[in-house]
Amino acid sequence: MDLFKILKQLSETPSPSGFEGTISQTIQDLWAPYTDEIITDRLGSVIAVKKGNGPEPRPRILLAAHMDEIGLMVNQIVEKHGNGFLRITNLGGIDVRQLYAQRVLVHATGPQAPDSPLPGIISAVPSSWLPDSRQSNAYEMNDFFVDTGLSYENLQQQVTIGDYVTFDQELQSLMGSVAAGKSIDNRASVTAVTATLHELQNRLHHWDVVAVATVQEETRLLGAYTTAFSQKPDAALAIDVTFANAPGTSGGPLPLFDLGTCVPLGLGVNVHPGILNALQEAAKELELKTELDLHGRASGTDAYGIQVARAGVPTGLVGLPIRYMHTVVETIDTRDIGRAGRLMAQFITNLDETFLDKLADSMLADTA
Amino acid sequence: MNELLQQLTEAVGVSGAEHEVRALIRDLIADHVDEWHVDTMGNLFALKKGTGESDLRVMVDAHMDEIGMLVTQIDRDGSLNFLNIGGINDRTLPGKVVQIGAKKIRGVIGLKAIHLSRTSERRSVPRADSLRIDIGASKKESVRKVNVGDRVAFVSEYREMGDIAMGKAFDDRAGCAVLVELLRGEPFPFDLHAVFSVQEEVGLRGAEVAAYAVKPDVALVLECTPALDIPYDEDVSTNLSLGQGPGVYVMDAYTFHDPRLVAHILKTGEKEGLPVQIRQPGGGGTNAGAIQRATGPTPTVTIGLPGRYAHTPNMMISLQDYANMVKLADASLRGLTRDVIQTD
Amino acid sequence: MNDLVKKLVEAFGPSGFEDGMRDLIRPEIEPYADEISVDTMGNLIALKKGDGSGLKVMIAAHMDEIGLMVTHVTEKGFLRFTNIGGVRPHTLMGNRVQFADGTIGAINSERLESIENIHPLSKHYIDVGATSKENCPIEVGQAAGFHRPLVVQGDYYIAKSLDDRIGCVVAIEAMKKLKDTPHDVYFVFSTQEEVGTRGAQAAANHILPDVGIALDVTSTGDTPGARTMAVELGQGTAIKVKDSGMISHAGLVKIMRQRAEEADIPYQLEVLLGGSTDARSIQIAGPGAAAGCISIPCRHLHTVSEMTNINDVQGSIDLLVAILSNPIDV
Repeated sequence: MDLFKILKQLSETPSPSGFEGTISQTIQDLWAPYTDEIITDRLGSVIAVKKGNGPEPRPRILLAAHMDEIGLMVNQIVEKHGNGFLRITNLGGIDVRQLYAQRVLVHATGPQAPDSPLPGIISAVPSSWLPDSRQSNAYEMNDFFVDTGLSYENLQQQVTIGDYVTFDQELQSLMGSVAAGKSIDNRASVTAVTATLHELQNRLHHWDVVAVATVQEETRLLGAYTTAFSQKPDAALAIDVTFANAPGTSGGPLPLFDLGTCVPLGLGVNVHPGILNALQEAAKELELKTELDLHGRASGTDAYGIQVARAGVPTGLVGLPIRYMHTVVETIDTRDIGRAGRLMAQFITNLDETFLDKLADSMLADTA
Repeated sequence: MNELLQQLTEAVGVSGAEHEVRALIRDLIADHVDEWHVDTMGNLFALKKGTGESDLRVMVDAHMDEIGMLVTQIDRDGSLNFLNIGGINDRTLPGKVVQIGAKKIRGVIGLKAIHLSRTSERRSVPRADSLRIDIGASKKESVRKVNVGDRVAFVSEYREMGDIAMGKAFDDRAGCAVLVELLRGEPFPFDLHAVFSVQEEVGLRGAEVAAYAVKPDVALVLECTPALDIPYDEDVSTNLSLGQGPGVYVMDAYTFHDPRLVAHILKTGEKEGLPVQIRQPGGGGTNAGAIQRATGPTPTVTIGLPGRYAHTPNMMISLQDYANMVKLADASLRGLTRDVIQTD
Repeated sequence: MNDLVKKLVEAFGPSGFEDGMRDLIRPEIEPYADEISVDTMGNLIALKKGDGSGLKVMIAAHMDEIGLMVTHVTEKGFLRFTNIGGVRPHTLMGNRVQFADGTIGAINSERLESIENIHPLSKHYIDVGATSKENCPIEVGQAAGFHRPLVVQGDYYIAKSLDDRIGCVVAIEAMKKLKDTPHDVYFVFSTQEEVGTRGAQAAANHILPDVGIALDVTSTGDTPGARTMAVELGQGTAIKVKDSGMISHAGLVKIMRQRAEEADIPYQLEVLLGGSTDARSIQIAGPGAAAGCISIPCRHLHTVSEMTNINDVQGSIDLLVAILSNPIDV
């Protein structure tokens, strides 16, 4: 399985929060060969089921990776000297310091929208035009506009308020197995789930596997809450990117991870200790190195939503270390994706009829 | 697709390391000129002999170099420290893909995850000395792949949409492209000395020695000039506007462009039915500033192609403006006689 | 319609104290509903049954308004207070409030050291004309709403609490106009929106609708120094694409636009940078609902002089009726 190729395809697919239709199709095509049923729900989450080999009714393990990415949205069309420009706002958490001089695609839906997205450049007035008091300040969201080179008249016909805008960024191959691009958060995790499903083709597993690609994680964990409710899983793993060591980066009290060295596993209030334990056991069997990825109040991942669905879901968190999260040059070692994929497959293979009882028992004894 | 613009803008030639662009241009013009040579600084000279009608020595200049960066140190974690070369606004750097050295090793300029940064941090300009280029390598690998002193350029594909072209380094590869087209045309009445100059972005240094070597009677500089026809509340000049034709310079921070040549170009535009804008007098500068005074007073003028977002990885020009600039430069040169620059 | 608007906007009903509002609305809708209920949170829920071919649709307009709650009565009979919902100190001075029992109070702040610096809420007080704690008719824990009569001027309403009594008016008028619908439509007059869309959250978790549409006001970008926003007063009802709490269901937005275009209802697309509505809670309830919002453009939000345009209100009613009269294919 060529993980770089899959990641490249997923990373370059434009689908920010709320507009996951395109990436959904890509993922359905990717997962269909490895699963028995595949549907999308009303909010757009992809739900794929691979049936287990155990007797019915089988418990269900949910694998949740969000498929949305951060992006931008048009909130005003302005005119200057007959030229048209778009004012924008963010979809998800964007550090605006990276926006100046980026290339974007405007997914136009106006009455005379073209068939393919409009290429544009994000710019701002020259910094020398900013007031003296702002000379050492970064540009703010209000300073930016998208230039498509179109006249105001044409732009108005093609673009509508509320059209989404994505970054036009190819996945770059850096040294060795390192890759950089947009939306590694969280298409790398979708790639890892794909690797897991692929790996499970050659294995027997008792439980049903419900792989979901969730929507709108970046804005409100929407797909996590709603699919965990609708799918009624007995246990769940959320897969999401986490912080890698990088130049100029510090996690404060939190340890960060080196690219290509380990699989970070979540430990904290959103994680069931028994699931963490089972993941660690599975890693030992594969001789994979894991590290603890700690959170205090909230993990900031789908695990936060899944854990509290209905009467509660025992949830684990598998991480993929990346640098420069929420930039268009998120950087990952693609070997880490394969490792996380194999680890989840091993974890799933180990799930048996007694697993849930053991989980329940583990809540009465602090084995850590 | 304008292949000339694509080839020239996608080629890399940061000030002081213009090799790739120089070799490319040499290949593009070699069959259309009578002589060419490269001087000690890297300026590429080409002579296109005239019909013999006129004995004017005419120099036409376009600079080959682009803004970029220079690798200064390799950190313990394998990331690269760098210096800016040319006028790069630090606001341009975060989140960009770059290419390093002759092997064009890919790297990225990252920014700490938004989750790990403070609001106050995100409000201030990230200075170049606090940023690193990441090639995804350990220190050992980085040292093997990258040399201190390697030049770094932005990565940006050339792209066209209707009349608009986007890409990097139109400043001044667009000027180079115009000059290549002039050289590929019919001979002029006079010998045309084309100079593809180096080190404009670091102080007009290539053109200065080139002008000294050529000793022209008259010089024309072909540039790409900021167009500021962008959203701004105050009623200020746009410098130049896209789609309104090439601009002719009257005055900038270095030069009063020769008024007789300015008039000649405006008249030529009118005669040929070509749109010409007057570039807003003010700051900035072109190689005219060096050429005009390098070898005694030389009548010099600049024609600039309007380009939005200069000195960033993603500029924008109008292809119509470009075509008009080729026509305007060509016609202005063909109409150039000693009378035009005669002092009374 | 103006009588209904007057009745609703002038009434008392801060978040958590919506009983009076419910009593005003209930008789208006009773003739048009198949079932009416009130839940524990105080939501007034009117079901209009469909023909069985459609979806379960929840319409939400909130009855509550922003207001104040008394936290302390001073020895001299002045009332200290905290906010209920988004009340900002610079909107308070000189304003009047009404309590559930009809008592009227005037608001002022302690003397300002400098005109540049407005006092925080804690340095403001309500004066009801009492002279001591003992003769003050108001106790700690009582809520106050703002007091201001409706002005109808040309095509404009100027009033307090158009947020979101005007949404309630849209719901009521739509119920009156809606003849046949394929859908089971739950019109929820919700509570406690201004403190975090709490009433709608509970109602949605109970109803578990397929589709949720909130009726609420939105800001505009057409006033001096306003935040970037393409919505203007009087340019038609607004179909929400995004606010700071949610992104509307793209398929539902498409249907809403289509209905507006078919019926020649002028509309604007809304991207709101600050604020959210009941739709946010409905969207995430249970397995999730396709959620959107019909917004009534409104200037001067969360002041006592909010302003809406009658034609925008009418367009909102017409749009809601058009949506509910047709299948909703999400």
